[in-house]
Amino acid sequence: MSTPLLEARGLFCERDERILFDGLNFSLNAGEVLQVEGPNGSGKTTLLRLLSGLSQAFEGELFWKGEPISNVRDDFLQSLLYFGHLPGVKATLTPEENLRWYAALHPETDSIQERILEALSNVGLYGYEDVPCHSLSAGQNRRVSLARLYLSHAPLWILDEPFTAIDKKGVAAKEALIEAHGLKGGSVILTTHHELSIKNLRQIHLGAVAAPELREVHSD
Amino acid sequence: MTNQSDSDLGLGRVFWMTLKRDLLLSYRRRNDLVSPLVFFLMVATLFPLGVSPEPKFLSEVAAGVVWVAALLSTLLSMDSLFRTDFDDGSLEQMLLSPQPLALLVFAKICAHWMISGLPLTIMSPLLGVMLFLPNEGMGPLIITLLIGTPTLSLIGAIGAGLTVGLRKGGVLITLLVLPLYIPVLIFGTGAVQAASSGLPIAGYLAILGAILALGIVLAPIAVAASLRISVSS
Repeated sequence: MSTPLLEARGLFCERDERILFDGLNFSLNAGEVLQVEGPNGSGKTTLLRLLSGLSQAFEGELFWKGEPISNVRDDFLQSLLYFGHLPGVKATLTPEENLRWYAALHPETDSIQERILEALSNVGLYGYEDVPCHSLSAGQNRRVSLARLYLSHAPLWILDEPFTAIDKKGVAAKEALIEAHGLKGGSVILTTHHELSIKNLRQIHLGAVAAPELREVHSD
Repeated sequence: MTNQSDSDLGLGRVFWMTLKRDLLLSYRRRNDLVSPLVFFLMVATLFPLGVSPEPKFLSEVAAGVVWVAALLSTLLSMDSLFRTDFDDGSLEQMLLSPQPLALLVFAKICAHWMISGLPLTIMSPLLGVMLFLPNEGMGPLIITLLIGTPTLSLIGAIGAGLTVGLRKGGVLITLLVLPLYIPVLIFGTGAVQAASSGLPIAGYLAILGAILALGIVLAPIAVAASLRISVSS
């Protein structure tokens, strides 16, 4: 079997003297979409933050393409697109300026004018390129951030609640995009409370405190 | 991004884009820029009213007053350096980019200096005249502020990085940073006073320059580390 893209061994995380998960093992192969499920407060965001490397407050090991992640940090960050709770959109900048700066930070992102405009029209913000983000709605601000998905060539997407404040049509479009990313050989880890209709979706359940055992369910 | 020159070019571009973005952000919120400058002007205006309007007394304390006002005004603007980036998630994106964080931080500090320290330095001759600073002291005042204010921004950024995760970081940043500001203040005012009494100031400038050089090299690394800690908790 080939080496998984991302592998976690024996993850343990505790928050405010509450064990969120203990002995969590999973791996993510190229082309897989993994949904992290669980009730509010079960540690989904915490898991994504520590997978992305934002948080170091955990025990256990993470491997990127078979190597400990701290040894290949640069390669990992090159390959990562992280969409967090906070959209990372500057209110005083326009959507286009926001995406342009993001593209400067992340070399794996298209920064050509036409591609940026195309991505913005893909997320339904055609005609809003030059409007400062503070005059856009909450959902539109998250759409600005989601436009990165259309621009990025990063193989690994970590998406924390990408569908919050997005309307039904938008959700369907993003779902299709995630599925297409998987078919192209990219991997996605996401949390959401939506029912996903993606083929070959794998799920991890983060339980409540009382049930620290984790089940891995395969569905199709 | 395979060959060396390509990635060097990339780093320059990232620095420039970040600098441009931060300057643009400040330009769009021009009102926030004015308050540290007004504070700077207020201190210098109120001081003679509160203490003594005697030209002889004022010319003795002028260097100190201008420097203290510049220092406090920089401190006032420091808290906001990473605050908005932290609140809207841009900081997370900076931490997760494959670019060196120290470089991004350095670009942000440069932008901060251009909108706080530089205008203060440009305004300082006006304050010098208001406070009867001797003519010999005017040049050194500008030069020491030109070397000193970037140092204040660099040191202040370390405090800003450490306290950005806290809701009320304002007071803590003062406690953390003020002791580190004192050497800059001492040598800054020392140089102006020495020049006013006709003494050479090369030694003072050398020390200020050395502190600045040390700050440019080490502060961005320290800020990057402190930001990682702030975001991770």
